[in-house]
Amino acid sequence: MFKILEKRQLTRDITLMRIHAPRVAAAAKPGQFVILRVDEKGERIPLTIADYNPTEGTVTIVIQAIGASTKKLCVYAEGDSICDFAGPLGHPSEFVAEDPAALAGKRFLFVAGGVGAAPVYPQVKWLSERGIKADVIVGAKNAETLIMTDEMRAVAGNLYIATDDGSAGYKGLVTGLMSELIENEGKQYDQVVAIGPLIMMKFVTLTAGKYSLPIIVSMNPLMVDGTGMCGACRVTVDGKTRFACVEGPEFDGSKVDFDEAMRRSRQYRDLEERARKIAEERAAGHKCKIGLDK
Amino acid sequence: MANKIPRVPVREQDPKVRATNFEEVCYGYNLEEAQLEASRCLHCKNPRCVAHCPVSIRIPDFIEQITKGDIARAAEIISEDSLLASVCGRVCPQENQCEGSCILGVKGESVAIGKLERFVGDWSHANGAAKVNVAPRNGKRVAVIGSGPAGLACASDLAKAGCEVKIFEALHKAGGVLVYGIPEFRLPKDKIMAKEVEKVKALGVEIETDVIVGRTVTIDSLMDDEGYDAVFIGSGAGLPMFMGIPGENLNGVVSANEFLTRANLMHAYDPEYDTPIFKGGRTVVVGGGNVAMDAVRTAKRLGSDAFIVYRRSEEELPARKEEVHHAKEEGIEFRMLCNPLEILGDENGVVRSVKCIRMELGEPDDSGRRRPIPVEGSEFEIECDQVIMALGTSPNPLIASTTGGLETTRRGGIVADETGATTRKGVFAGGDAVTGAATVILAMGAGRGAAKAILEYLGV
Repeated sequence: MFKILEKRQLTRDITLMRIHAPRVAAAAKPGQFVILRVDEKGERIPLTIADYNPTEGTVTIVIQAIGASTKKLCVYAEGDSICDFAGPLGHPSEFVAEDPAALAGKRFLFVAGGVGAAPVYPQVKWLSERGIKADVIVGAKNAETLIMTDEMRAVAGNLYIATDDGSAGYKGLVTGLMSELIENEGKQYDQVVAIGPLIMMKFVTLTAGKYSLPIIVSMNPLMVDGTGMCGACRVTVDGKTRFACVEGPEFDGSKVDFDEAMRRSRQYRDLEERARKIAEERAAGHKCKIGLDK
Repeated sequence: MANKIPRVPVREQDPKVRATNFEEVCYGYNLEEAQLEASRCLHCKNPRCVAHCPVSIRIPDFIEQITKGDIARAAEIISEDSLLASVCGRVCPQENQCEGSCILGVKGESVAIGKLERFVGDWSHANGAAKVNVAPRNGKRVAVIGSGPAGLACASDLAKAGCEVKIFEALHKAGGVLVYGIPEFRLPKDKIMAKEVEKVKALGVEIETDVIVGRTVTIDSLMDDEGYDAVFIGSGAGLPMFMGIPGENLNGVVSANEFLTRANLMHAYDPEYDTPIFKGGRTVVVGGGNVAMDAVRTAKRLGSDAFIVYRRSEEELPARKEEVHHAKEEGIEFRMLCNPLEILGDENGVVRSVKCIRMELGEPDDSGRRRPIPVEGSEFEIECDQVIMALGTSPNPLIASTTGGLETTRRGGIVADETGATTRKGVFAGGDAVTGAATVILAMGAGRGAAKAILEYLGV
């Protein structure tokens, strides 16, 4: 069992949890993810690592409650335990293995969308601890849905905020802010890293391409085991099928087939929608008589 | 003459009924049936069945005890060579092993050795397992990677010899392929598997789940930081293969591993669980092995009209005869000599049909089976909503790629000699991780062989 040491509501739908998982905390690196299971009957949920502390033996995750399983997780309270927490999974970010001398002069721009700010944070923090101050754009719908801006500000070179409605920072999409920085503020970058919704990563990739900047994206496809066993996480990269769980999750964005990835992410959505409805009906004391929950 | 008695038929769930549930297909023998069947054994002087058993179970000896009614003694005899009698009695390809070599089978029907083994295994679950002697602790610590048949067998033998053994399992449940791969209707999880795992734990073996060796820890950290004197790798062959044809990434195309893991490990068929799985419609399963049979029969139980598409003929089907027979009884359609060329989707990228080509058999290939050759101009489509690829699996490279000095073959298997010793000192391997996908019993045999080599290496 893995105990929830801290639970914090970041926005209405986004929750942060710090979990006691010493083995995962000791091995975690930026860019990796975990798979957890809430209880004996729960799904295996892949989640990116938002922070880790090997000394305390803790790993922080940030959960957006969208499906039946993530909603179930968010009901758990501080002091409760979840039954499984496995990881770290996937490869660490490429820069972790890069030559420190070459890395020192590299100018990074991280672009985070929505809950994507969570996995961006440990990357920016890791670089900051090595004296590399990366620029970060965090985008969200509005000021209420922005997360982790204080934490990010503490480790980033510059933090830029973009909201769709302009309630905080730049009014518009992260891609607009990206162009603004590069074209009007004379910012120069050597590497862009984008993490967020697929549609956002697709357009950040296009924008990076416009300025001939190398772009890395972190894919978050459907997964079951997360160890290469099921192949649910197939992503087409450079025309080849890759397993995001063991060969990713980070890939060269310019080579990723985003349209396929978006389509594949819908694979079980109808089924999940049905599961969610059944869960709600059951919670309301309804028992299905026509076998919909079979 | 004993051999005048016909093979005692085994009671099974009605095919029409069982095609709609996940209860076990075969009920197994009761004592009376088992004794009658046991009485058919000729007790050959040179029993060919023993020679054809990968772990050399003393088959005529345990069968003799069944005739005498001493099932406890029969269980003891089996447990000297195998600790998974209930499992192997259910999933071994007996027709190619013990039963395939039974002298009675030459002119009539072989002794139902598998069903007798299962009877003894299940009897000991119900009546208390045979007492196993565990040597006092010898101070040696061994890490076993993977809790499938190879790992469980290796861990048991090491624990019996007095080693402190810990199994590291990547998934949340112990059992490996026996839990994620083989369906409930063929190998009940709570009734059988959980008990087999308990037996291993009763020997003092510890099992830690949720540890992915190669990610959470490494072989180096296990040996250097956690103080293990030796390591056994029994991580199996978990990587699914795909055909590499157009349309394979359409929605609705899954590997058999994914489909079966959702159904078995994640209990997707049980409404109490949250796991989504495709139900109903029409399902095409590509492949002809045991995994293909498991997948197609699972799809059927989830309400699909289910088909097998296989490029050779029925004679070459690599699946156990019993599984093919059961599948047919349950209404699975077999489309033999046909090979998928492409998977076609609708405007939303969801599977609509599989485009196949008819095949004919030519000269035998390297495997000794006749090579399938496409018949030009014979393309046709099979309409379906789901395609399951059951084309085999290869070893997971995760451990080899994170362990220095561990050589692998071109196919990704870990290089190990006949004792299980790898190219790295103190590290042993066995089962599918070495050979590529094979059988439960071979993996178990390899686990036991490696345990012997590890004990020698440790000087126990």
